[in-house]
Formats: sequence, C-alpha cells, structure tokens
Amino acid sequence: MITVKYFANLKQIAGKDEERFDLGKETTLDQVWEAISQTLPQIATLIKEKKIMVAVNYDVVSLDAVVHDGDEIALLPPFSGGS
Amino acid sequence: MRSATESKVRIQKEDFSVTDEIEFMKKSSRNIGGITVFLGTGRETSKGEKIADLNFEHYPQMAEKKLAEIREKGIADFGLIDMSIVHRIGHIDIGDNIVLIITCGEHRQETFKACEWAISELKRTTPIWKRETTTKGEVWVQATP
Repeated sequence: MITVKYFANLKQIAGKDEERFDLGKETTLDQVWEAISQTLPQIATLIKEKKIMVAVNYDVVSLDAVVHDGDEIALLPPFSGGS
Repeated sequence: MRSATESKVRIQKEDFSVTDEIEFMKKSSRNIGGITVFLGTGRETSKGEKIADLNFEHYPQMAEKKLAEIREKGIADFGLIDMSIVHRIGHIDIGDNIVLIITCGEHRQETFKACEWAISELKRTTPIWKRETTTKGEVWVQATP
C-alpha cells in the first residue's frame, strides 16, 4: 500500500489527512495522481498545474519519480513557516 | 513556558524562553564569542487586514528532518560552533513567539550570515504552514517574504 498525505488547504479540500492506495510493488507518480483524481479531481488538477511539491519518504522528488509499496507520499502546498 | 532542552532542533506547541535558550546554547563551548538571534513573532496585521487567529501546522518527521539538515549545513558551511532552531505549531497569539534561531560562533560575522541564511532556508524547505483568520475569513498563507 502507498500512503498519500494531505496538508493545510489540501487537507481541507480532501476532507481527510491521508488515504491509501494499492498500486502494486512499483508504480509512477502519474498513476498515483490518476488514482487520486477518481475521488479528488481538484487536487489532481493542482498537481498537474505544478502548484504542489511532492515528497516521498520525507524528501522532495521530481514528478517523474517511481514509488514503491510502503512509500509515504506527501502533497505539499507552498510553505509558510517562519513568522 | 518551556525551558531549553537537550535537543537543538525542536518543533513544539509550547512557548519557549529566549533567555533560557540562549543560556543553553552558551554552554556549547567556552570559545563562543558571538551569538546572533532571530526571533519571529505573531504580527497583528496581514496585507492590511487585522488577524484574529494564527495557526501553524507541520508535517512531522519531514519538518524535523529539514530543520536538522539546516542546522548541520549551517554549522558546516559557515564554520559555526553551534546552532539551534525552535519552531512552534498550533495556535499562536498576536505578539507571541513563533520561531527562534540561535547561531553561535567564535566571531560575529559568521553568526549574522548563518542566521539570515537559516531563516530563509527554513521558509524555503521546511513543511510548515500558516493559517491566518482575518475579518475577510480564513486563509492558508502561500508564501511570506
């Protein structure tokens, strides 16, 4: 299973902070977006418009990254920490 | 208010004591000759609107990891003796402490440069988000200068 985590405004859009997908041992982020778009097309659009960064297992990755069973994918809106 | 602890990178709900944090860092080395402090606090207005409520959310594990990377890189690249970073999450009152960065070196120059670099790097790389509630409603801040 792959875990997808939502934060900040994405969590509000999704109405949940995470969900899980069974996409086999290895898959592409494009396939993960396809799975998300089935129920959350608004978030899939933001991803395609590159308005969100993506982290896999706590490191930011490019959108052509390959992901594996057990990975944690985080969808990250622009950061605003500090003050 | 919480005193400094053993960890020099922390994300916490509780307030912190700037004095305690500085005193804790001074114990790192007797060779510290300069300390620079950046303290970020809750502003009352945002884009001309009065803020009624401030909240910070973070991505646990990744946020701590990024702060630890900033600390390690800052110490190495600027030749610091030590650095600490504390960031609060959850509800913040106007005027309250949000973030504290302390850079310690033998001389002042490297501590000034490292402190400015560290807060910019925190804003760029660390998954922390600010939600402001103003008279116009609630908004997740997309970027701050």
